[in-house]
Amino acid sequence: MTTVASPPRRLGATMRRDRWWIQPVFVVTSLTLFGVYTIIHVILNKHYTITAGGAYLESPMFSPDLPKFFGFNTALPWAFLVLWAPLGLRSSCYYYRKSYYRSFFLAPPSCAVAGAARRKYTGETKFPLVLNNSHRIFFYFATIVIGFLWYDAIRGLFYHGSFGFGLGNAIMLINVLCLSAFTFGCNSWRHIIGGKLNCFSCSDTNRTRHRAWQRVSILNGRHMQWAWISMFTVWGTDIYIWLVSSGAFTDPHHVF
Amino acid sequence: MAIEHHDYDVLVLGSGGSGLRAAIAAAEAGARTGLVCKSLLGKAHTVMAEGGLAAALGNVAPEDGWTTHFQDTMFGGKYLNNWRMAELHAKEAPDRARELEHWGAIFDRTPDRRMSQRAFGGHTYKRLVHIGDRTGLEMIRTLQDKTVHSDVDVFMETTITKLIKDGDRVVGCFGYRRATGEQITFSAKALVLATGGSGRIYRITSNSQDCTGDGYSLAYEAGAEMVDMEFVQFHPTGMVYPPGVAGLLVTEAVRGEGGILRNALGERFMEKYDPKRMELSTRDVVARSIYTEVKEGRGTPHGGAFLDVSHLDSDYVKRKLPSMYDQFLELAGVDITKEPMQVGPTCHYFMGGIKVDADTGATRVPGLFSTGEASGGMNGANRLGGNSLGDLLVFGRRAGFGAAEAAAQVGSVSLPQEEISAAQAEVAHFLSRSDGDNAENPFLMHRELQTIMGDGVGIFRDKEGLTQAIDRLESLQGRVENLKAPSDRLDYNPGWQLCREVKNMLNVSLMVARAALMREESRGGHSRLDHTAYSDYWGAHNIVIHRESEHDMTLTPTPVLTRDELVELVEARKEAEKAA
Amino acid sequence: MSETLTAGGTRKLQIWRGDLTSGQLVDYELETEPGMVVLDAVLEIQRSQAPDLAVRWNCKAAKCGSCSAEINGKPRLMCKTRLDHLPADEPITVEPMRAFPLIRDLVTDVSWNYRVNEQITPFTPRENLREGVDVLNGDFLIDQSETDRISEFRKCIECFMCQDVCHILRDHRMHNRYYGPRFMMRIASLDMHPLDGVDRLDQIADEGGIGLCNITKCCTEVCPENIHITDNAIIPMKERVVDQRHDPILKILGRTPNKGRSKPPARSATPEL
Repeated sequence: MTTVASPPRRLGATMRRDRWWIQPVFVVTSLTLFGVYTIIHVILNKHYTITAGGAYLESPMFSPDLPKFFGFNTALPWAFLVLWAPLGLRSSCYYYRKSYYRSFFLAPPSCAVAGAARRKYTGETKFPLVLNNSHRIFFYFATIVIGFLWYDAIRGLFYHGSFGFGLGNAIMLINVLCLSAFTFGCNSWRHIIGGKLNCFSCSDTNRTRHRAWQRVSILNGRHMQWAWISMFTVWGTDIYIWLVSSGAFTDPHHVF
Repeated sequence: MAIEHHDYDVLVLGSGGSGLRAAIAAAEAGARTGLVCKSLLGKAHTVMAEGGLAAALGNVAPEDGWTTHFQDTMFGGKYLNNWRMAELHAKEAPDRARELEHWGAIFDRTPDRRMSQRAFGGHTYKRLVHIGDRTGLEMIRTLQDKTVHSDVDVFMETTITKLIKDGDRVVGCFGYRRATGEQITFSAKALVLATGGSGRIYRITSNSQDCTGDGYSLAYEAGAEMVDMEFVQFHPTGMVYPPGVAGLLVTEAVRGEGGILRNALGERFMEKYDPKRMELSTRDVVARSIYTEVKEGRGTPHGGAFLDVSHLDSDYVKRKLPSMYDQFLELAGVDITKEPMQVGPTCHYFMGGIKVDADTGATRVPGLFSTGEASGGMNGANRLGGNSLGDLLVFGRRAGFGAAEAAAQVGSVSLPQEEISAAQAEVAHFLSRSDGDNAENPFLMHRELQTIMGDGVGIFRDKEGLTQAIDRLESLQGRVENLKAPSDRLDYNPGWQLCREVKNMLNVSLMVARAALMREESRGGHSRLDHTAYSDYWGAHNIVIHRESEHDMTLTPTPVLTRDELVELVEARKEAEKAA
Repeated sequence: MSETLTAGGTRKLQIWRGDLTSGQLVDYELETEPGMVVLDAVLEIQRSQAPDLAVRWNCKAAKCGSCSAEINGKPRLMCKTRLDHLPADEPITVEPMRAFPLIRDLVTDVSWNYRVNEQITPFTPRENLREGVDVLNGDFLIDQSETDRISEFRKCIECFMCQDVCHILRDHRMHNRYYGPRFMMRIASLDMHPLDGVDRLDQIADEGGIGLCNITKCCTEVCPENIHITDNAIIPMKERVVDQRHDPILKILGRTPNKGRSKPPARSATPEL
């Protein structure tokens, strides 16, 4: 018997008949694998640049290359000193929040499906989840990292100073494009650039910001897609660079 | 047994646009105000209004003004309108539109950031203030929020079954809470009926299930006069297929954006009926044309006409007619950007209603007021699109003030016990299934009533059909006392609710049919096959209905209420039409 | 002509019948007509098999938002859900919304929503409206760009299915702590009005409980008007609350949002269910 007076609280209770659990399973699997992979590579701390044949292609997980920049050598996983910004951006991102609240916290696992029973639900009002309100701070730092990634992608086009282009370059450019599409479709950025205005038409500045807001809104409308695409391009780029730099195969390219 | 009782200065029945506006006005005037809704607040039929609110603001066409709007309304109503109402409406609608915006309504804008206005059938200039194709929803939400934050008590899902009189005066009403069936009485120094129309007397209608003519019937039983009941507006384009959605409105904007009407032979048949205005002719003409095509065997497979926008750019259609695109795709499986829609006439609006004083909304019964579609006179023989939303605001406010003023002049009122007992007996009777085999099922009787009205009192009428319909309605009247709810429970019992509604609809149907039989001419929303021309006599007379005694419905031709200072305007328009 | 739809034949419905004390899914069978929606089927069952079946409906055109129910476990409008769009090989379940107290059968008591709405100060024009910029001879000056943003929220038909599916109300029953998506959106439509003069940010954060929302977007998924409730209303309002309460940079700069708006009148506690 279904009782409506007190809805079922047992985890997963629902009258839905579609396969609603596919999505959480996919999210948990891919985010976990990505997380584990990233940690392993950062701790391993090698095979993150392709330098053969005058190339200089750097993995987005290891950019900017702090040891090179400051001239020190370390076996410690230094990349965490940079990664906190993009990872912080992602973990406080409104889309990823939806995704992990549903899939990891089961609050709720899917719409109209009963979530995990909690003694007290506090949402994002208490530590640590209240920190998600600092999303825009991560955004500011993440844009700096995006700048470095663009620098890397363009620098990679020059082989001993001559212009060249290859598979690695294509991957680097696609990756940074996708990352930019994700980063600049950010809900906080959308707010800052124009969303916070109430009057779009009251001054020239406001009209300009309104146009910018409209553009960001277009990216933001696909924020989920860009979040996944860019995660997989980072992952793929890193794997590619790892494989080439460890000598599995060579990066096909042509120097003009 | 003590029943729930409330006392107000002004009690408004009906929470559509005009009821809300009346309640706001009454509260503003300092009256203790109550508002009774048959459904939940904000669900009234006003939400279905799509096109816009006609107000001569002159934002888009600066040459527009109240005189032109007045003339358009009179011409549209075939000069049967109450002149004073048409005048007040044209003069005050702009202020009511502005006021709505000051209460938070959001309308589409002109490039210079003022309220935009769109063109509509019968309006000389671009005049309709609008937001997309959901102006009614915007209006009702704005008024709803204003009401909630005015000093108005709201009674949701409360059904009123009887107005209670003390001598000549209406002093309150009786009803029940729908959720529990618990009885409730209200005493009020003035009562405003804003109960809307009665489209549910037809099976094919664009109206909500709530539109059962409760106000017409309650007022009639309380001794008020009704006017123009023969004029029912059939909107030319309703969906005809699938059966479940038959009657669902296809907005006039489809034709406004360039939709073309064709019959099954592929002919653009409006060339025959109105070569000048084609698809954008007035609603009565287009509705009759489609009906004729179908009647003469040139209808579509599902008995309508094809309405085609597939020649237009598909993105344009999706942008301009988003809800129509969704509606057909979801409900009929038709992509209107690729294939034609099938449409036919659907009952849409009652021009007639309770006869009221233009300035105050007062009926001839002391203490009883009316406004909106429930009241009659403003629209004459045919209503222009966009004039109903203006009507609701202008006369809602006036009725609210009128009622508050009348209430201020009355001491306390009390409800005579015998009236309450009679009302209690009626609702109890619907639940007592002791009559055995004679019990009439309200669901079936409602269907029967709709069939009679569709057969004999539809778009085209003639003496024979009307006489037959009246006979059949009268025989229903003999059976109506045996109406019994199929279930005797009190809580949220749909059959119980329908019993009284069927009684109301039967009253309304008889008014429509009898007035239609009496008016021996064709004018606006009333078309007689046996009297196809205008008659000079009927062009100057409204039919006024009142209840002489229990089963004595009296119809009286009454001269149209004119106004000397407006004669010039009206004559000028008549001349201009003749010249054209 | 694709307007001829395949007739559905016989379909089985399981409709929840009962009240607060007890109830169960009851099986009904009916002959379907082409293009039938769930509401048609329920009303036909009411007419012919279960005359006391309680169901709330009104316009039957997806414009009034009365006939909200849970069909095959998902909140949907009965009048907008076609039978032939639901899997044909299994019965269709129709149940009342779960976030609100049941009245009977498919009808729930949604009055809590109306009590919440009473807490929200309606549109109130700013006091310092500038002639020529904000008003012209008493007419409001508003741009289409502002209208476009706000009017999305005002498409809401108050079916309350977003409230029903919201786990804060549905599972955690925190009606006395959170206004629900519909009213987050209502406040957003007021806060984004260029001429409004009331500051509702404290209210949406405190009594409104916007921090409880964990943006899982079920409200957006079920909205029959396809309003982007989460992305366009709730998240922007969360960002405005960040402006006011959390952003350290704005704090240092001394910037506060909603400058020039008056504080709202005294608020009262979030209504109990």
